Amino acid sequence: MAHVVPTEIPDAPPAPEQQRRGLAGYLLLTPGSLWLAVFFIVPTVSLVATSLYDPSGSLEFGYQMTGHVQNYPHAIAEYWDPIVRSLQYALIATVACMILGYPLAYAIAFKAGRYKTILLVAVIAPFFTSFLVRTLAWQYLLGDNEWVVTFLRWLPFTGAELQLINTPVAVVAGLTYNFLPFFVLPLYASLEKIDHRLLEAAGDLYASPFRGFLKVTLPLSMPGVVAGTLLTFIPAAGDYINDELLGSPKTRMVGNEIQSLFYAGDYPTASALSVALMVTIVLLVAVYVWRAGTDELV
Amino acid sequence: MLQGAGLSALALGSPTLLSACGTESQVQSSDSCKSTDKSEEEKVLVFSNWPEYIDVQGKRMPTLEQFETETGIEVTYNTDINDNAEFFGKVKDQLGSCEPIGRDIITMTDSTAGRMIALGWMQELDKDNLPNVEANLIDGLRSPSWDPEREYSVPWQSGLTGIAYNADVTGEVTSFEEMLTRSDLKGKVGLLTEMEDTMAFMLAIEGADPEDFTEDEWQAAIARLEEVVASGQVRRFTGNDYIRDLKSGNLAACMAWSGDIAAAEDPKIPFVQPEEGLNIWSDNMMVPNKADHKANAEALMNYYYDPVVAATLAAWVWYICPVEGAREEMEKIDPSLVDNNLIFPSEEFLATTRDFMVLDEKTRQQYESDFRQASGG
Repeated sequence: MAHVVPTEIPDAPPAPEQQRRGLAGYLLLTPGSLWLAVFFIVPTVSLVATSLYDPSGSLEFGYQMTGHVQNYPHAIAEYWDPIVRSLQYALIATVACMILGYPLAYAIAFKAGRYKTILLVAVIAPFFTSFLVRTLAWQYLLGDNEWVVTFLRWLPFTGAELQLINTPVAVVAGLTYNFLPFFVLPLYASLEKIDHRLLEAAGDLYASPFRGFLKVTLPLSMPGVVAGTLLTFIPAAGDYINDELLGSPKTRMVGNEIQSLFYAGDYPTASALSVALMVTIVLLVAVYVWRAGTDELV
Repeated sequence: MLQGAGLSALALGSPTLLSACGTESQVQSSDSCKSTDKSEEEKVLVFSNWPEYIDVQGKRMPTLEQFETETGIEVTYNTDINDNAEFFGKVKDQLGSCEPIGRDIITMTDSTAGRMIALGWMQELDKDNLPNVEANLIDGLRSPSWDPEREYSVPWQSGLTGIAYNADVTGEVTSFEEMLTRSDLKGKVGLLTEMEDTMAFMLAIEGADPEDFTEDEWQAAIARLEEVVASGQVRRFTGNDYIRDLKSGNLAACMAWSGDIAAAEDPKIPFVQPEEGLNIWSDNMMVPNKADHKANAEALMNYYYDPVVAATLAAWVWYICPVEGAREEMEKIDPSLVDNNLIFPSEEFLATTRDFMVLDEKTRQQYESDFRQASGG
């Protein structure tokens, strides 16, 4: 995501021979390519293959490879609601991250002064505890008889029946909380790089601070916003921990359905659903990146 | 890049190309999957069990410690089983391809135990090492349909599935039907992720016999479950973790396992025998293929069939004790528990409990799927 600006070093030693440089390039690529091949390409091929198995097989007695593409319409029709729900929850969580995260990143980048490092550490601090443990903590925090709900129920405009845990609100809140740092950090990196002289220039040209923000800061921070939304939306759409711990049968997301299909031993449907989700997300992201027009990302 | 391509082609060679042609049967046998026993050299044992299922004093586990002292076998006790289907999902790939799962004893409920045995994933036990079990296992558990000679399994505890409620949050709940329909319980009810447990009750309220039902009756029960979930009555489907939610009041009433509630010893959380009856089940210790310490595992099984040890355990876990003679020992430990039907049930009491119909593999998979889907809302 970061810009790599090639800089000329004035007194650089003479460049080595062309051939050696080429070899070094390949050598540098090797670990990453191997990693991708073993942990991405092979599993993906396997996943796609599994999604085409004959659904009448079973784990115990083996599956036949019959190229059964009907697994796809079947999986999508059966699990349409959780697919739509996952995308909705992920979208709401991403927008919430944007609303919470932009001012935060802006403040850290421009207003924090000497507290900048401390604030950045505070953003990263949740990572010192496991994702699972933090979500379990939310389970307590949002419990029916804990102080948050007790307080909310006491307010005049909420009913005595108000409930947070095991509702869509809890799931989306959990997603927002868990993915917020993934939005803030790339955005901060983008904002940090903005040249302050541009804002001074805007001021010199009689732009109000707000107009300066709209015309200078916001456009220049777009790569960070796009990176942040992708890093939030993609994992949120496939997440299953938040619903598992904070949700109810009515908030089930596609990740939970996939997991439970694997437990029930229905491999073909589970795989078809996984591939469908992957393709959907890739398409949505492709359209988004194309519309956002941030060449710098690529 | 070239090296990368070469290696990935190598990686593609074995599992993926195979998986592209389908998968093979996961059935194993003692011929196809040979295990070795290192018990002589390695005095260790890894035991996987359900939470709150052994006697505990502070951080110590007295009966287990006594076993370690007596035999010199060091036991690693894990409480990593929360749900049968989930645990099955976790270990099926290793066991199906004859690989070790790193555990010497696992504890599975009847139908899952039967499924694993039928798949050839468990090691046959040596009865010469299990004299206490031979002598003291209660008659009712000696010959389950899925392991008629008890060649592969030894019961750990038996128990009952009924309901429990939190009296701080709600009034008395007397039946399963009531739990699913009472409006003040809306959104505060928990059902179990165990298909057989939950569906036995769903079948019962639909007027079917969970020990002998038809496909139509099954479908009706599934439709009823879908309806209940859609109505928002159910807050969660849970494994053993329902206790936490019930204690905190997030769940007002839920399906529950007898011993959990008894062991919680909270007067505000009573265990109820619902009008629809109780499900009875056993959890069974088994030694998976490729577990290296079968003789050590058998020593532990045998140890827990000593009536004194069994009574000590029963006094803590409050589940049905499968050991003959433990009742007499209980007189010395805690006489108030001797006549407790949840620990030493009478014949008449047992006659009122029910089992679940035995399903073939294909039907089981279909029913698991139906159940998972219906519980998804």
